[in-house]
Amino acid sequence: MAKKKRANPEINSSSMADIAFLLLIFFLVTTTIANDKGILMQLPPKPDDMEDIDIKIKDHNLFKVYVNSADRLLVEGEPMSDVTEIRDMVKEHVMNNGRDPKMSDNPKDAIVSFKTDRGTSYEMYILVLNELNAAYNELYAERVGLTTKEWRDLDNKDPEQKKLYDKGRGVVDGKVTIPRNISIAEPSKIGGN
Amino acid sequence: MSKFSKKEKEDPSIPTSALPDIIFMLLFFFMVTTVLRETTINVEQRVPAATELKKLQRKSLVSYLYIGKPTQRMIPVFGKEPRIQANDVFIATEELVKWVFQEKDKLNEVERDQITIALKVDKEAKMGLISDVQLELREANARKVLYTTILNLDD
Repeated sequence: MAKKKRANPEINSSSMADIAFLLLIFFLVTTTIANDKGILMQLPPKPDDMEDIDIKIKDHNLFKVYVNSADRLLVEGEPMSDVTEIRDMVKEHVMNNGRDPKMSDNPKDAIVSFKTDRGTSYEMYILVLNELNAAYNELYAERVGLTTKEWRDLDNKDPEQKKLYDKGRGVVDGKVTIPRNISIAEPSKIGGN
Repeated sequence: MSKFSKKEKEDPSIPTSALPDIIFMLLFFFMVTTVLRETTINVEQRVPAATELKKLQRKSLVSYLYIGKPTQRMIPVFGKEPRIQANDVFIATEELVKWVFQEKDKLNEVERDQITIALKVDKEAKMGLISDVQLELREANARKVLYTTILNLDD
């Protein structure tokens, strides 16, 4: 008995690509790539919450960065044109440990003060803030032998990574010996409204 | 015997059977990496670039503020000066405290203090406005701030 010739059971899938393309284009048009990255900072508490003690900060512990309304830099009283130089200056200042009397006594007391003008552009603000944060991140990362990227990606919830994180910041008895002391001062009102 | 015997001609068509798979792969990539737009942004957004980026851990704790010059469509109504947009409306700096409390109310009670404000600010905006915003956020006790930036690929 002769077998009946079966019809080819394959489904024609040549239009599958078109269907997928259509879907792809729909998603391309209706969506934006989630951009939830940036520089994370902690603002100081409310002005009236802060105790009104005259905290005396020695001048040599302060590292002063000022940007005026024309986006020009003044670092430690010297005009500067290259933002990227700040990074190494901050690192030197923080890790001075009293060697140079003009710089900080120890990392704990070192404060980086960043002041802008009301007319400073936000772009410049981020540029400088990025350098200041980069300086600290590099310091921390060097201490634990990571790259700065790996350092930033450390997850505090994982005990192993938390250990590294604490080691980088020099935590002794629950106290951070190299805190990220970046103080953002209220802007001056020379330029802008 | 000729050295240059004619080779048998190959089928010149490109096999396209793997095309759907490639397209599907792209499709899934876009489906996973994107979020549907919830608000129309009515301010210009050219976000500055930086290198020291941190990724946010919990998205549910984040509220967004968009700051910049109103877009072309909005200029007749709101002018050219940079404005603050929260959700879908423009708000004044004085209303920020109220807005923060509204956002906090949406969260669980235990998580209210961990609220993060993501500031999506245009490059051209001035620090005067930003510092006013910072002051209001301090007032409202929402002190975790993320300055949204894109990755600077130059260095």
